[in-house]
Amino acid sequence: MTIRKRRKAPPEPVAGNGLLDRRALLGRGIVFAGATTTGVGTLLTGAAADPLKNDPWSLEMGSVVPAYQVPSRFEKDVIRTRSNPNNEFRNSHARTPHHLLQGTVTPNGLFFSISHSGLPDIDPAQHKLVIHGLVKQPLVYTVESLSRYPMVTRMHFLECSGNSAPMFSNEPVQATAQALHGLCSNAEWTGVLLSTLLEETGIDPKAKWLLAEGADSLALHRSVPVKKALDDAMIALYQNGERVQPGNGYPMRLLLPGYQGNMNVKHVRRIKLIDQPAMSFFESKTYSQILPNGKMWLFHFLQEVKSFITHPSFGHSLNGPGYYEISGIAYSGNGRISKVMVSADGGKSWAQAALQAPVLPKAFTRFRMPWRWDGQPAVLQSRAWDESGEVQPLRADFVAARGQTSKPVTNPLAFPNQHYNSITSWGVDSSGGIKHVYA
Amino acid sequence: MFTRKSPFALLLAVAFGAGTACAETPGLGKPINEADITAWNIDVLPDGTGLPPGSGAATQGAAIYSQKCAMCHGENGVNPAAGILPLVGPSKFDRIDTMKTVPYYKYATTLFDVIRRSMPYQMPKTLTNDELYALSAYILSLNKIIGENDVMDTKTLPQVKMPNRDNFIIWAPDKI
Repeated sequence: MTIRKRRKAPPEPVAGNGLLDRRALLGRGIVFAGATTTGVGTLLTGAAADPLKNDPWSLEMGSVVPAYQVPSRFEKDVIRTRSNPNNEFRNSHARTPHHLLQGTVTPNGLFFSISHSGLPDIDPAQHKLVIHGLVKQPLVYTVESLSRYPMVTRMHFLECSGNSAPMFSNEPVQATAQALHGLCSNAEWTGVLLSTLLEETGIDPKAKWLLAEGADSLALHRSVPVKKALDDAMIALYQNGERVQPGNGYPMRLLLPGYQGNMNVKHVRRIKLIDQPAMSFFESKTYSQILPNGKMWLFHFLQEVKSFITHPSFGHSLNGPGYYEISGIAYSGNGRISKVMVSADGGKSWAQAALQAPVLPKAFTRFRMPWRWDGQPAVLQSRAWDESGEVQPLRADFVAARGQTSKPVTNPLAFPNQHYNSITSWGVDSSGGIKHVYA
Repeated sequence: MFTRKSPFALLLAVAFGAGTACAETPGLGKPINEADITAWNIDVLPDGTGLPPGSGAATQGAAIYSQKCAMCHGENGVNPAAGILPLVGPSKFDRIDTMKTVPYYKYATTLFDVIRRSMPYQMPKTLTNDELYALSAYILSLNKIIGENDVMDTKTLPQVKMPNRDNFIIWAPDKI
């Protein structure tokens, strides 16, 4: 491996509108502050800081640590947005505030959740999981018995295939990354591989699908190819180290890495091996997509390669020209992210972003790109590639293939279609304001 | 802690094929008979597998619908409550955001199944089999997919030809 010599001078732009070499983020050798060759001011050339003093919290004892800690009261706005805040008798959604988070792990309290009939109050001592149908021997498992099984721990994203649905609007909906893309999150899941349990029940060769059903009042069910079940499906018991949250499937959920969220059946209580897809309500209607050619897709299970910039994005503003870090998340149901390109000029020129290690399969990958904003209008975009060679489609290509609405979408909670994985563009104006644009 | 309570399950374990390592598993699943799964085993498949005995027609379904369904889904399947989709809608899907209701389904069994497992929303799994057939018939008839006097039962329901049936394509057959 060649050791690069540190450059003494500040990095030069590698693409239009001030994108800098991603290698500037590695190591400690690059001086962003101080004299720049472009003469653009940076924070350290501004007015001097005020003299330091002791604040009240430095002069008295604080509160005693609680049993279960929650974020600082100053973080009260870092919460999920709810689609049903008045507790009406219908479904409810809560979206992850991507524009207020960093890294790749979604805290459990902020993990997105969709419930079609409220959160069931399940006693884990009473919960059972039965596997039956085209098996040699139907078997019943409990939380306690599964707790004695060999477990695996894996980082995976979950995404509702209705995530980013407002992006089907023919005009850009002015909304945050939370409102547009908040129906996806990423966690470390621990549980028992479904293949381990199917090894115990045995599988009749006639079984091509399995039906997974929840213990919720709808008994929500989905059909899953046996091929996927034997690949990497998991009965997840833990989410980021603690028991799976009620809104995410307590006390156990089916986890199908890279497959659309709804298939990852929560509160799973029944798995039935069958010889045909069940054509459940959700796979027949909600999660089938109408194409512009008048045909409809069935079984579009995979969440395809996608990325979006979270910082800066709608809801932020830039505080004057100078250095900023552009960052966002990329993920693919196919496997690992292999590359993310970033543009600051609406796609005219691109530069490769740094990927934060570890880059894990079917998991969020944080990308970062150093940027020196010159104060002029800019359009920020990201585009991801995955290890299978799939690339995030450009918007024009995506719209040509999948269509867009004929009238603007006025409600960001609407789901005009499913499986949007094209580019998100943030337009920065000369005052530092940020809008959602199409470019 | 690592003693095996149920060697029976282990005996029944099968390998998935040549080359697949079959590691020893704990064998803690409790055997159960299909008969003892009946209360949960409520799915109905497109070919009619799982349909219970019983029958009903639209004329019977209308009264049940008014009493148990209309408060959310609207009288005659239109004008539903806020946030709830109607049950009567277009049968032609020429825009990507066309409202998808019952005529969208590929199979009529989907309708019977979702009523059976999920409805009425406030007291699911309480309808009798005859009520399920009658409601299915009524909703199909509201959409002019079957006639008002057509009786739905284990034979006729899977044979209903849904208007959108032939318009579906499988996204990636190789992944299934």
